Amino acid sequence: MINRRSTLKSMALGAVSTLAIAAVGISYAQAENKELKIGFVGVTSGPAAAWGTSNVRSMQTRAAWINETGGVKIGNDTYNVNIVTFDDQKDPKRAIAGMEKMAQEGVHYVVGPNVDDGAAAVRPVAEANGIIYFPYAFPKALYQKPASNAVLGMIANYQSGPAIYKYLKENKGVKKIAFVAANESDPLSQRDGGVEAAKALGLEIVAQNDTYQNDTRDFTPVLTPIVALKPDLLVLSGVAPANAPLLIRAARELGYEGLISTETAQDAKVLEEGAGEYANGFISVGGASTPEIASDTMKEFVTRYTKMFGEYNDESNTKVYALEYIIDTLKANPAAINDVAEFKKTMDTFTAPNPFLKGDAKLGYVGTTSFGQKRQLSVPMVVNEYKDGAFQTLFVGSVD
Amino acid sequence: MEQVIANGLYLGAQYALIALGLTLIFALMNVLNFAHGQMYVLGGFITYTIYGQLGLPFVVALLASGVTLAVIGALMEKFLFRTVIRRSHREESTMLLAAATAFFFDAVILLLFGEKQRGVPKIVKGVFNDAGIIMPYDRLVVGALAIIFIAAFVLYMQYSRVGRAMRALAQDRVAAQLMGVRVDRYSMIGFAMGAMLAGVVGGLLVTITGVNSGIGGPISIKAFLMVMIGGAGVVGGAIAGGFILGMMESVGLTVLREYGDVTYLVIFAALMVFLSVRPNGLMGKPWG
Repeated sequence: MINRRSTLKSMALGAVSTLAIAAVGISYAQAENKELKIGFVGVTSGPAAAWGTSNVRSMQTRAAWINETGGVKIGNDTYNVNIVTFDDQKDPKRAIAGMEKMAQEGVHYVVGPNVDDGAAAVRPVAEANGIIYFPYAFPKALYQKPASNAVLGMIANYQSGPAIYKYLKENKGVKKIAFVAANESDPLSQRDGGVEAAKALGLEIVAQNDTYQNDTRDFTPVLTPIVALKPDLLVLSGVAPANAPLLIRAARELGYEGLISTETAQDAKVLEEGAGEYANGFISVGGASTPEIASDTMKEFVTRYTKMFGEYNDESNTKVYALEYIIDTLKANPAAINDVAEFKKTMDTFTAPNPFLKGDAKLGYVGTTSFGQKRQLSVPMVVNEYKDGAFQTLFVGSVD
Repeated sequence: MEQVIANGLYLGAQYALIALGLTLIFALMNVLNFAHGQMYVLGGFITYTIYGQLGLPFVVALLASGVTLAVIGALMEKFLFRTVIRRSHREESTMLLAAATAFFFDAVILLLFGEKQRGVPKIVKGVFNDAGIIMPYDRLVVGALAIIFIAAFVLYMQYSRVGRAMRALAQDRVAAQLMGVRVDRYSMIGFAMGAMLAGVVGGLLVTITGVNSGIGGPISIKAFLMVMIGGAGVVGGAIAGGFILGMMESVGLTVLREYGDVTYLVIFAALMVFLSVRPNGLMGKPWG
């Protein structure tokens, strides 16, 4: 006899059976693919959180996209990409702990750290444990022999700076230049590189010792004496995205009318909110960002990132590349999946289509001129000019 | 030089307002609120959301920042600090609790509002440029508001019933209790007011300097600096400390600029010497 109790029982049993079958099906489908662990060690909290967060989110977006479309085929196996993350809080000691964690988890390819001291600190751990890492830090010693495990993930300031200053000298009549930097290792080394490049171009340097604490909130006192020197170009060396709009706004409010530039990647939304129309004309370096050069794949990446995290970060135009390089290099030489020596061999000859740029652009390792060996990702050096809430391409350069 | 002095006065006004809430909580409860900077950040993000994102009037956003932080402050006092003060015989327990709340707020703010620097449209456009002084009008407005808030706070503490009760608490907690002051109630009101001040100043300054999730710690350190200069737990001291720090920063960044970032080095060195001479700061003990 069918009563309410037995009906409910049958429904519950049916639901449980359906769920069990579905779960078995899902686990079977997942079990088909192996797991490829790629690490991230960088800063995702504190004032510089934007740098690392844009890395992690780029990796997670791309990994989810790859996994959703069946995984990535490397050799005879198909892998789901699993991003293992560690927040080093911009502290070299924690960066070491993060890299040790990656070693314990058997990760051989790690993106990060985001700053100079962190990247230098993790080097012994990476070399001892067979890890190739992709820092966003500029000290040449990391990429020159005898070092061989670090691969620079972006364009260095000593590569983009000279190109930008030369362009501005020739096209905008820049003669006098001033530098201001946060009192930290990255910005200071970037400033020193910038000063050298400016001197080589014969520019008059009117200020080069002015610095500020990275947690400064009001830059008017910092910029008051610099603006009085009336430089044609004010370089914000290694400026954090959080500080760029504040510096621009303070300079413009003090009556500065010259050009302002930086060699680090920035975010258009942050500039718009923090500096508004004062940011118009601000020059920075980006990746495959602007509509003129972005491919459909890049556009889809931006859409997926925005859907996943609510808001896109323009810094990811550069940071999307590291994971792509790792996967494509492993595809080119599947033996490298657990052997970084094989990865290093492949780097010398590796080439693949660049999915994020229009046309027939290629991925490939560069850095021979700067480091004497191929230890840098070839990322398009897109020099942008901010205008009314978006970046426009000023010119595109390259590094060899 | 006029510009340097104007910069120093403006910085001083905003610093003094930041330090007020911290010194109030310290005076009433002997608690060093390490989460003061995080409360400032939360106030900034509330104003950002209401004024910058929802497009409601700035005054509404500022009120919402103040009220929200007052409620959070009251809850923190009632459920966290009051309990710890009662149960623990060691003063550092409240410091550890304050540090824990700071880390907690940092994580929550990052989760809720993301990692990016945020800013809102200017509340007043244009720049004052006369007599060798350049000062955007919005800074003048914020500076004036800061001075009005400071004056209102001092008057409230001096002449209102609540203010008198809180001053009595700060002077001698036991004596105040014996005289019929409800310690729990006024401690909660005091903590709420301190948190509210942090929220209001965060909301006010988001129009000038924006806000991001990582600045809570540095803001707290600067507030401690001002409080140490002026004398912990003394309202007048916090105000004096704010203006002194603002002026030192402005003058140092101009005079010492050729030597790199030595301004804060000099400030910290001077503070060490000063504290060795006057360990209680300029104005000594609570409420003088």
